[in-house]
Amino acid sequence: MADKILFELVSPEKLLLSKAVDMVTVPGTEGYMGVMAGHSPLVSTLRAGMIDMKDEGVDTRFFIRGGFAEINPNKVTVLAEEAIPMSEMDLAILDQRIADAQEDEIAAKTDADRARAAQMIDDLKLVRAAF
Amino acid sequence: MASVKEMRTRIGSVKSTQKITKALQMVAAAKLRRAQQAAEAARPYAQGMANVIANLAAGVSGPSAPLLLAGTGSDKRHLIIVATSDRGLAGGFSSGIIRAAREKISTLVAEGKDVKIIAIGRKARDGLRRAWGNRMIETFEVGLKSPNFALVKPIAQHVLDAYTNGEFDVVTLVYSSFKSVVTQTPTVRQLIPAVVEKNAGTAFYDYEPDEDTILAALLPQNISVQLLSAMLDNQAGFFASQMTAMDNATRNAGDLINALTIQMNRTRQAQITKELIEIISGAAAV
Repeated sequence: MADKILFELVSPEKLLLSKAVDMVTVPGTEGYMGVMAGHSPLVSTLRAGMIDMKDEGVDTRFFIRGGFAEINPNKVTVLAEEAIPMSEMDLAILDQRIADAQEDEIAAKTDADRARAAQMIDDLKLVRAAF
Repeated sequence: MASVKEMRTRIGSVKSTQKITKALQMVAAAKLRRAQQAAEAARPYAQGMANVIANLAAGVSGPSAPLLLAGTGSDKRHLIIVATSDRGLAGGFSSGIIRAAREKISTLVAEGKDVKIIAIGRKARDGLRRAWGNRMIETFEVGLKSPNFALVKPIAQHVLDAYTNGEFDVVTLVYSSFKSVVTQTPTVRQLIPAVVEKNAGTAFYDYEPDEDTILAALLPQNISVQLLSAMLDNQAGFFASQMTAMDNATRNAGDLINALTIQMNRTRQAQITKELIEIISGAAAV
C-alpha cells in the first residue's frame, strides 16, 4: 500500500479536508464503495451516509447528507451538500435531519421529490441505527 | 462670519461623525476578513461542481439534454436576479450592481423581451422598484447573518419551480464579483441555460447511476451553489467597499476638523486683536 490517494471533502461553505490517504469509503447511490489510488475515473451521486477515511491505520469518519463524488486515479473529490466530522456529530443533529427530511416528504410537490425525501429518511435511519 | 462658539459646536459634531465612521470602518474590516474567508472557502465546491458539469455536458447533448442545460429553445422571457446588500454606507457598491442590472434590463426591454426581476437585498429592491416595480415578482432580504446554504435554498427553489413550470426561458444573475479588497466588479452571469466551461482535458469517466440521472441532480444543485457563491462574493465585496468608504469618510472628517480648527483659531485671534486695539486706542485717547 505504497500509493496514497488525495482525498478532498468539500461542502458548499468550505473545504473541510484535503489530505493524502490510504483508502476512502464513500456512500454511493448504488452502494458503498472503497476507493484507493489507481481507481478508474468515476462520477457518482452519493446518498446520506458515512465517509470512512483510512490512513496509516487510523479511521476518520464523516457524516454527509448526499452529494457527489468525482474519482480520478490520484484524487477523490467529494462534494457534499452537508458534511459533519463524526467527532462533532451527535444523535440530536441526526434526529433533526430526519425530522427535516420527513417535513420535506410531506411538503413535496412532485413524486420525484417525495421519493427523494423518502430515500433520504431511509438513509438517515440507517445511519442512526449504526450510530 | 460664524462666532467662535458656533464653530466649536460644529467641530464637536464633525468629531462625533468621525468617531462613527471610524468605528464602522473597523467593524467592516473585521467582518471583511471573515467574509473573504467564507467567499474563498466556497470556491472549491463551485469549481468542483463546474468541472463535473463540464465533463458531463461534453457527453450529453441533443434532444435528450436536460432543460436546465439546453434551455427551452427560446429567449423571449427573461428572469433577472439582482443581488445586492441590505444596507448602504458602502460607497458605490450597491449602485454599481444596480447600474449593471439596469443596463441589462433596458437592453432586454428594448429588444422586446419579457423581463421579470427577483431582488435579493433591500438596496436592489429599492433601487429597481421605481423603474420596474411592476416587473418585480419576488424580493428577498440578505439578513444579518453570513449567507449560507440554507439561505439560498428557498431562492433557488423558487427559481427552479418557476423555470420548470415554463415561466422563463433565460435566467440571469447580477452580482458583484469579489476580485480583491480594492476591486469588486459588477457581474452579469447567465444561470439557466447553464453556461458550460469548455475544458480541453476531459477525462473519460464512468457514471454511477448514469449521466442523465447525475445531471438531473447536479444542475438544480448548481443553481443554489452559484447563488451562494454570488452572495458570499457580495458579502465580502460589501464589507470591502464599506471599509474603503468609511476610511475615506474618516479622512474627510479629519480634514474638515483641521480646516475648521484653523478657521476658529483665526477668528478668535482676530477678536483678541480687535479687543486689544480697542483697549490701546482707548488708553491713548485718555
